[in-house]
Amino acid sequence: MTEVKLDRIGKSYGSVEAVQQFDLTIREGEFLVLLGPSGCGKSTTLRMIAGLESITKGDLMIGGTRMNDVDPKDRGVAMVFQNYALYPHKTVFDNMAMALKLQKVPAAEIQDRVGRTAELLGLTDYLHRKPAALSGGQRQRVAIGRAIVRTPDVFLFDEPLSNLDAKLRVKMRMELQELHDRLGATSVYVTHDQVEAMTLADRIVIMNGGVVAQVGTPREVYDRPADEFVAGFIGSPAMNFLDLMRDDTGRWITECGSLVLPSLPVDAGARRQVRLGVRPEHIAVTAGGQPQGDLDYQAEVLLDELLGADALLSLGVGKARLLARVGGTDHPVQGDRVAIALTAAQLHVFDADTGVALRD
Amino acid sequence: MTNMTSPLDRRRHLTGMAFITPTMAVIIAILVYPILQSIVLSFGQSSIDGSEPYSFVGLKHYATLAGNERFWNSLWVTLVFTGLSIPLELAMGIGLAVLLNEHFRFKGIARLAVLFPWALPTALNTLMWRWMYNTDYGLFNAAALQSGIVDRPINWLGDETLAMGSMVVVAVWKTSSFMALIILAGLQSIPRELYEAGRMDGMTRWQEFREITLPLLKGPILVALIVRSMDALRTFELPFNLTDGGPVTATESLSLYAYKVIFDFIEFNYGAAIVVVQFLVIFAMSLLYILTLRNKD
Repeated sequence: MTEVKLDRIGKSYGSVEAVQQFDLTIREGEFLVLLGPSGCGKSTTLRMIAGLESITKGDLMIGGTRMNDVDPKDRGVAMVFQNYALYPHKTVFDNMAMALKLQKVPAAEIQDRVGRTAELLGLTDYLHRKPAALSGGQRQRVAIGRAIVRTPDVFLFDEPLSNLDAKLRVKMRMELQELHDRLGATSVYVTHDQVEAMTLADRIVIMNGGVVAQVGTPREVYDRPADEFVAGFIGSPAMNFLDLMRDDTGRWITECGSLVLPSLPVDAGARRQVRLGVRPEHIAVTAGGQPQGDLDYQAEVLLDELLGADALLSLGVGKARLLARVGGTDHPVQGDRVAIALTAAQLHVFDADTGVALRD
Repeated sequence: MTNMTSPLDRRRHLTGMAFITPTMAVIIAILVYPILQSIVLSFGQSSIDGSEPYSFVGLKHYATLAGNERFWNSLWVTLVFTGLSIPLELAMGIGLAVLLNEHFRFKGIARLAVLFPWALPTALNTLMWRWMYNTDYGLFNAAALQSGIVDRPINWLGDETLAMGSMVVVAVWKTSSFMALIILAGLQSIPRELYEAGRMDGMTRWQEFREITLPLLKGPILVALIVRSMDALRTFELPFNLTDGGPVTATESLSLYAYKVIFDFIEFNYGAAIVVVQFLVIFAMSLLYILTLRNKD
């Protein structure tokens, strides 16, 4: 059984802490995605699991064995690199066979295993080509094939799709999903692309500044972000944030006074100030309508951008600005006056100082 | 009817030609003309002061060459010198480059220091080494005698076999750093991920070198080999300053022999024939390198 346990793992370069106290158990067969902006420590974490980076603090356990000081090749892990890292002077076959050759696997077995993997990935016709004679997608498949051939316990992916063009990325993402369903191996996948994370992951680990901000299923991190950073990072376009102040009557008001909430959906305790988070897709816009409920407001469309199926509206509510996502057909246009409605259950409230989400 | 070239294209073409012409003129004047002139001279007979007009003699000088033992000796000396110094330089160059590519303190200074022998003029280097090789006062004999390895001074430059060895040592000392420089540039262009992939695949340091570094250095190695072999095949300053081709003709290279024929014996038609042969040898050598290294791909 291959479960990967990161027991308070940390990495520092001199006084700089790249990863702090990473504590997580990756379950057998799980597809775990490490997500975060550049420099958040996600790649460093992956490279520590791979053995390409030494571990400063904590213990790495793979399948119950402490792996901190074990050679990469003996950890039972295989890695797919962002730039593929294929040996340019070797054929596809030799690229895929390298690890097996070094393990002194008999030639007939190498033939068999590489052959079967090539078939799985549709690379059979390309086995005798050099990487330079392949397209980007094919190269990525070879890089994945090289990992599969070794039948590792754990697959490590370091932004494997970021060198592909947008169309191919979607295609390869689906292939990866199918592959994972078929092989069922424990996988750790690093990306800065939230769409990849949402679509591929069983669980997402969102990192920020070397610290784990939240661990959860895609649904959890979207619906119940742990803090302002996660809330702003997940979702596209990003969540709207508004500073709210409590007045003497207990109402919550924006600085300009144009948005007034009679109450918050959560208990704010003694706080006099919070940040409100509203996802663009959770703002209901009615053209020419009049505010009716408690959470209805009058707004003006300052800018409209058609994306195709959807349109983005920049709305002005007094001096407050909100971005809303609406259907792309007959949407309000610049200069229109509209009514917007918020739903209490879809609002997020964060501590104004720490950014931590407030929950009941 | 469509026009093959529009006036705009033609004007651009003319502008391009105008830019190239001065350079082409210089190249033709200083490169092509002398080469052709050498070939013409080698097939004829003429005198330096013009008292005797140029007369075509066909392959006469080449026939003389073919029967001249001193010519064959100088060709042999040149090939032995090249054959010994180039592999040593290459090995040293790769070693130095790999070392200089590692991270350590004072790396910048080390890189400069390695380049020093190459930056100095050959004539100066050679004089320095001639003193170190000196039988009576030289550094090497002083060290060899004092440490008791030998009981009589060694005649580094006066012994037929040793003289060639001594010359090769100077060449390797001077030009390994040049090889290292070219190979270092090649090393730095190898992506780091390849070595990481190698580590994941389970390569040892030696296997990394064999499976990744060396194959990917093929291009830079080829360039270094061609440049250095051409240099070695026309080596002149080194034997001229170190041994003057001696003892007797044990270190007389083709260039040195041609120089003596032309300037000491004033036989420049015959000398031109030597130079043409040398040109062909270098050309053949370059072709050989390119073909071998390309076929392996």
